[in-house]
Amino acid sequence: MADVTFTVDGRQLTAPAGTLVIEACRAAGIEIPAFCYYPGLSLQAACRMCLVRIEKMPKLQTACTTPVGEGMVIATETDEIKQARKSMLELLLANHPLDCPVCDAGGECELQDMTFKYGAGGSKFTDIKNHRDEQQWSPVVFFDRPRCILCYRCVRVCNEGMDVAALGIQFRNSGAVIAPNDITSLDCEQCGMCIDLCPVGALTSDTYRYKTRPWELTHVGTICTHCGDGCKTTLGARREENGMQIVRGDNRDKSGMNGDFLCVKGRYAFDFANNPERLTQPLVRQPDGKLAPARWEDAIALVARRFREIREERGGAAMGVIGSTRITNEEAYLLQKFARGPLQTANIDHHRTTDYPGFVKALGGETAHFGSIADALTAPAILLVGGDPTEEHPLLAWNLRTNFRHNGSRIYIANHRAIKLEHQAKATLRISYGGYADLVRSLAASDDASLPAETAHFRDALRAEQNLLIVFGAELRGDAIAPLIQFGLSLPAAKFACLGDFANSRGAMDMGLHPAFTPGYQAVSTVGLSLPQMMDAAGRNELAALYVVGDDPVGRLGLAPESLRNTFLVVQDMFLTATAQVADVVLPSASLYEKSGTVTNTYGDLQPVKKAADTTGVRSDLELIIRIADQMGEDIRALVPFGRGERGDMGQSRGVQSGEADRHAVWLAAHNLEPKLSPFDPDALLDEIQRLVPGYDVDRFALMAGEPQPVRVAAGSNFPVSTGSESIQPANDTLFTSGTLGQYSEKLTEVNRFQAEKTLVAAG
Amino acid sequence: MPTLVSHPEEVRIVSSRFGQGAAEIDRYLELGGYQSVRKAIDQGPDWIIAQMKASNLRGRGGAGFPTGMKWSFVPKQSAKPKYVLVNGDESEPGTCKDHLIFLHDPHAVIEGTIIAGLAIGAKMGFIYLRGEYRYLLKIMEKAIADAYAKGFLGKGIFGSQFDFEVVSQTGAGAYEVGEESALMESLEGKRGVPRIKPPFPAVVGLYGGPTVINNAETIATVPHIFRIGAEEYAKIGSERNGGTRLFCVSGHAARNGVYELPMGYNLKRLIYEVAGGIRDGRPLKAVVPGGSSTPVLLPNEIDIGLDFDQVGKAGSMLGSGGVVVLDDTVCMVDFALRTIAFYQHESCGWCIPCREGTDWLKKTLTRLHAGAGEMRDIDNVRYLAENMLGRTFCPLGDAAAMPTIAFVKKFRQEFEDHLDGKPCPHARHTVPELAAV
Amino acid sequence: MSATTLPAPFAPTIFSPELAARFDKLVTLYPVRRSALVPMLLYAQDEIGYLSDSAIAEIAQRIGITELDVRNVLSYYSMLRTKPAGKFNVQVCTNISCMLRGGRELLEHCERRLGIGHKQVTPDGVFSLEEVECIGACSWAPAVQVNYDFHDNLTPEAMDAVLESYRAKANE
Repeated sequence: MADVTFTVDGRQLTAPAGTLVIEACRAAGIEIPAFCYYPGLSLQAACRMCLVRIEKMPKLQTACTTPVGEGMVIATETDEIKQARKSMLELLLANHPLDCPVCDAGGECELQDMTFKYGAGGSKFTDIKNHRDEQQWSPVVFFDRPRCILCYRCVRVCNEGMDVAALGIQFRNSGAVIAPNDITSLDCEQCGMCIDLCPVGALTSDTYRYKTRPWELTHVGTICTHCGDGCKTTLGARREENGMQIVRGDNRDKSGMNGDFLCVKGRYAFDFANNPERLTQPLVRQPDGKLAPARWEDAIALVARRFREIREERGGAAMGVIGSTRITNEEAYLLQKFARGPLQTANIDHHRTTDYPGFVKALGGETAHFGSIADALTAPAILLVGGDPTEEHPLLAWNLRTNFRHNGSRIYIANHRAIKLEHQAKATLRISYGGYADLVRSLAASDDASLPAETAHFRDALRAEQNLLIVFGAELRGDAIAPLIQFGLSLPAAKFACLGDFANSRGAMDMGLHPAFTPGYQAVSTVGLSLPQMMDAAGRNELAALYVVGDDPVGRLGLAPESLRNTFLVVQDMFLTATAQVADVVLPSASLYEKSGTVTNTYGDLQPVKKAADTTGVRSDLELIIRIADQMGEDIRALVPFGRGERGDMGQSRGVQSGEADRHAVWLAAHNLEPKLSPFDPDALLDEIQRLVPGYDVDRFALMAGEPQPVRVAAGSNFPVSTGSESIQPANDTLFTSGTLGQYSEKLTEVNRFQAEKTLVAAG
Repeated sequence: MPTLVSHPEEVRIVSSRFGQGAAEIDRYLELGGYQSVRKAIDQGPDWIIAQMKASNLRGRGGAGFPTGMKWSFVPKQSAKPKYVLVNGDESEPGTCKDHLIFLHDPHAVIEGTIIAGLAIGAKMGFIYLRGEYRYLLKIMEKAIADAYAKGFLGKGIFGSQFDFEVVSQTGAGAYEVGEESALMESLEGKRGVPRIKPPFPAVVGLYGGPTVINNAETIATVPHIFRIGAEEYAKIGSERNGGTRLFCVSGHAARNGVYELPMGYNLKRLIYEVAGGIRDGRPLKAVVPGGSSTPVLLPNEIDIGLDFDQVGKAGSMLGSGGVVVLDDTVCMVDFALRTIAFYQHESCGWCIPCREGTDWLKKTLTRLHAGAGEMRDIDNVRYLAENMLGRTFCPLGDAAAMPTIAFVKKFRQEFEDHLDGKPCPHARHTVPELAAV
Repeated sequence: MSATTLPAPFAPTIFSPELAARFDKLVTLYPVRRSALVPMLLYAQDEIGYLSDSAIAEIAQRIGITELDVRNVLSYYSMLRTKPAGKFNVQVCTNISCMLRGGRELLEHCERRLGIGHKQVTPDGVFSLEEVECIGACSWAPAVQVNYDFHDNLTPEAMDAVLESYRAKANE
């Protein structure tokens, strides 16, 4: 839209016509306070904090609902307006309890901040405040009506943002109250967005309430360990006896690519890290057949000795390595390097949840067509084939809903079951579970008169799209992917994304935790055993050693424990999983929240993870692999390129200004110039990944600054004909489960049970 | 059945059929009914609007917006259907005029609705009565059914090419729904919370279509304007205030009732001549001239003409025509409290200043009236009301603030007489609390 | 009107056949079904005495909205209730016009006569009492509504007669 020029407090400003006064002012650095106004949500004009004086208007006007106009003269800081703001705060505080010293929002409360800034220091109110008792609405949501200022952010984010509409406004006058949909409790996605947006302490979470004060926490922004969307979650951790314990997760600073959004897992399911069943000591199988605690030195020495012996006695082909979908790229990269190097084996794999190799192969080097999660927020049209984003990819679902709400995007859905996103769909095609391959073939094929009318109509609508984001789930694998890509590439502009399940499923594959290719999808001459093949081999006593880093194949695949009886089994895990229970050595490892590195989400967005917490007694997988290699007598510098040369400026040129030292260090790190003095420094491996893995040569500076970097992987020449899609096993997680890890989150388990009961009651 | 009153100085136009059995369609036709709408069909929309403008009719709901101008704001072309909405959610304390219109002359409302529809090009009208008026809804529904039976509503009304449907319903107890955008929300099956304006209803109204919303008295007046002629109608009233209106006299007047008088009629004369003065010959203490939201007038302020401009000049508002007469037995603190208790009860709760302000005012006034007030409470009451004024989401905040400011300003001594634990000098009753919703 | 065909009757219903038929029609009268919500709530309350959970559930289904939505709306309106009232709900106006003409004394009189207070129900369930805001009978104050019937220009004595007439009806 055309720009208009207007005046605010004597300053001449310009903004596109239609811009709200509040936004135009904020863009120009003029702060206009508001409680009810929330960017992206519908307008309310309820809190009256944003009142401004606009010339030629008889009354003060709400800056949150008035668009700027040509020649408009606006005043935002007059005595009249200051008094209006002050009186709104006085009115709010009349019934608002002043229990700030114990309130969860204390120190992070918009009402506190505004009172401090716009001032109502004294109180004229002497009567009794209205009171209602606090209510618990779900295992995670508490509501304290007296603190509520009725800004309706919670209602709107639930209704508009989440498309759940579990919150309503009931009664009226000072008796007006936010109410949950199940009369006294919430039947919803338990995302906690209502709590996050609450400007005061009216909505609080069970995981955090009355536990601590925000200034007692360290706040670290990292990437959620649960699904494959890669949301940023800011973890607040507090020093406890056994380390730095996480007490909350949110994305209140909106610094991540997920903006406001976090789902139930990102917000609450960090508590697996604090689970009392967490392993904090190495365990070694004793002659009596039982696992017993051991010293780190002994456990690692034992692993190294046996690995070396088996390699020498039976060769690398008798060894297997299984990696994880929740370790960092650096760890995955190092693990495959360790397997293919020191262990001399091609038998390496991980739990595959979708066919990334098939996708990469079908795209055939058209890397400009990789979609990112950000595209879901802006694409004018989206085709969703299979998958259920609401349950499995909550951020994708959020972005698609937001895009639909703000831009009216056209969403096309083809699925074998009803999914919630159909509420926003322009067209929905119901197909059979086995019908995906046929569907995509019909999209790509020339016109076929025998096609059912509905399918033809769906196809024709898609063909008319100029700019289409195509997202497909694990229903589409192997050769079935190619026709979809072919169809997309026939459009003027299409992008693609493939849905996989865990925080670093994509990274694990990109880093070559696969028997057929090395990092960056470069084919190997000798294909090793896949995960199921390794397990079979173990059952046939053909696998002498198995090194499992962060997976539970025994539990996940329901294998008989005896099948691994004759395999030297080393498990690195946080918990004594079914696999760990039959291991010879168990090494307690750190969670993704307790280490640094990078992960790649399912859309190929590379992001840094930062160490936010710490559990005494555990070590990162990176460190464990290196220590084992070290004990095996390997050359660590060959594994990890650390400490080579003095490329960095050690600080000699450092200035004297306060804070400069820190900025100096950041700059060095960002430009890959700082010395990696330790082999445990993941940046040393990132250097190598960036140098050697095609597609990962991203802008390091932007990456360090927290901007997700798209990786552009492409299949190398002579890529295997078969990508091994037969061993794909989708997690089929819901909003309230998270693979094996989810079982160790008490809160997630509790929420899952709570919602399951609601579903049972609803079904009668 | 409400008693009908009369006085020789009345000019009976909108009330001309009261007590004549005009709720029956045949009787309404005998009395000249449904002639104006035929004229309107013949002459067309531009003529209708020109006549309405010439009549100087101003909205009878309280704001006094010129009706003809309001109709002319509706765009001629519209992608969405247009609607006429009759506001019969009469809820302003002191006001009971629409009550009589629905009771005695429902067809005038229907006829006025059709004319409004013709003027703006609507094919559907809604008549929304307050929830308490269920017995009047039954009368209205019968009148509508009779009009359909005669071919006055439905397809091709009066044998013309125009179609017009009318649906009537009631609310369920909410003063706020009298606000036009809240009324639309209620009619759409939602909470009666006003909408953000602009857009105004004439552009985006009911179901998103352009909508004319008029008070029931305004609409019932429309057919009479076409019966007697717009210029003739305009002549009856005062300058820029065409015609007559219904004044509902209540409180301590000797002959309470609803009187139809020309706009600009003298307030003092209304009380002392038409309504027979003060009951038992007691002295007049105050007059609330236009329903509970209008600032109170002192006895020396009532020698004014009752039209929108003159009452405005006197520092109050003509409002909805509810003239509440107070004699010297009334405790003004008590009266102020009862007034604010109403607005507290009826606040929709949407915006901070109204929701919290009315609550706080009610609490303070309750304590003050009970003798537990301090001097600063009196200042606080005024401070609060002044800080609500003009800053709320809808006019309800003003409706609560304006009378409150006037009570404190004009009767401050009486507030001070309640301080320091002194019993109410006028106390006859304690205040029964309306329980919170 | 655009809606020329009636939808199939909603079944099974908790309401009487007459009311159910009325509801089937009501939702077709407006450009959107939801417009029928407030009238439906009133008529359901008239028949059942209050808005029970099952009434709310059925109305939500009939309109095609959530029960939460129905509760949001019904709790806004002061005439709608989710608990039973007496067979005859005596609503005494004490707003300004009635207050000036003895509305409060009338309320106190009713409290004494019926032995109940605001929003209470007599043990026999015949009467309930409510202090209400302006009911639009200001010029004929003080006024009382019993269910939907108006009684105006009341005195305590006249009120007794009104109550008696309803008690007699209850005994019929």
